[in-house]
Amino acid sequence: MSAEITTQLPATEADAVHVKRIWKAFWVLLILTIIELALGLTIYYIEMNPDYSNLLVLMIKGVICILTLAKAFYIISIFMHLGDEVRQLILTLAIPTTLFIWFITAFIADGASFKNLRNTDAGSRKYIQPKEFHNVPLEAPAEKKEKKLD
Amino acid sequence: MQTAIAKTKTKMWAGGRSPFNVSYGKLMMWFFLMSDSFTFGAFLISYGSIRFSLNHWVDHNYVFNEFPFTEAHLPLAFVSLMTFILIFSSVTMVLAVHAGHKMNQKAVEKWLFLTILGGLAFLGCQAYEWTGLITGQHEVLVNGVIEKWGTTVSHNPWGPMVMHNGHWVATPGPVAFGGYFFGITGFHGFHVFTGVIVNIVMLIKTKRGDFAKRGHYEMIEKAGLYWHFVDLVWVFVFLCFYLI
Repeated sequence: MSAEITTQLPATEADAVHVKRIWKAFWVLLILTIIELALGLTIYYIEMNPDYSNLLVLMIKGVICILTLAKAFYIISIFMHLGDEVRQLILTLAIPTTLFIWFITAFIADGASFKNLRNTDAGSRKYIQPKEFHNVPLEAPAEKKEKKLD
Repeated sequence: MQTAIAKTKTKMWAGGRSPFNVSYGKLMMWFFLMSDSFTFGAFLISYGSIRFSLNHWVDHNYVFNEFPFTEAHLPLAFVSLMTFILIFSSVTMVLAVHAGHKMNQKAVEKWLFLTILGGLAFLGCQAYEWTGLITGQHEVLVNGVIEKWGTTVSHNPWGPMVMHNGHWVATPGPVAFGGYFFGITGFHGFHVFTGVIVNIVMLIKTKRGDFAKRGHYEMIEKAGLYWHFVDLVWVFVFLCFYLI
């Protein structure tokens, strides 16, 4: 009830370090996000060219995925303070999470298999490479796309 | 040597102290968050699986290009605003937790209030985005007739472009897009909403002096863990729907 119950602890040297670390994590996250956005926009402009390189776009997307994992690491270890917990707790949480490696691999492979079945009529004919469709930007000249969609 | 290790091990798990060095509530919050990450993971991986199986998917740069108060098409602009709001509210939350460690009630109130504002701003942005998608009018060629569709769980006007009477017009795209987009962002928005409610309860309890009386602000830490998890999930939702 009374105010004297609240005994505010004095700020120490360690606090200043801690707060500084929080803000540093914030700037790291912000910069990583900005890099991701820049890469996302790069993909947008690359794809405007009808004959863009799929491999290049895939590589940029891979870089974005790695940056996202870095962001996740910063959020978990600094903001959620998991980095400051004991090793047992970190491992108890981290080991089950490795299931995601199987989870992602298996289901992406499953999706690829679906696609194969779809394009071969469940294996009854040869695989026909589907036409590469792309959502044409409204202001793009139509004749450029024509040869692509025949 | 062997016996020494065995001894410390028995001691660690023999009771009387916490092997994880955290309270019961915090440990259970961690376990809940881990299970929740599998729920979100299942949704996102299912989305990835379906997306991989289809020959055509929507181009997110053309679906999400609205920005308030402008007619211009700006890919990524609005969603980056949402991301910055969420990252910032994560920082204010971690500062609230820090202030709680220092038993500084006024600072806890201030940072919690800012976190709640950030959460509400994010929800407002999401409501705006959903409204724009659902009520949007996009030309789409259905059975030889041009119709105007919004993006919903049953309609997707972002399919492949075809030539129709000398104009490029879209055909219906995979319905799964709407289902996954609204399902996953909706589930995430529901988490944000829950987080805002939890934070409001924490703010009221702080203002009443409950934590000061209790002698610690651990509840703020637990609410903070949940709030950061919401931010963490957004990082992946942002990746899967808007970037790749």
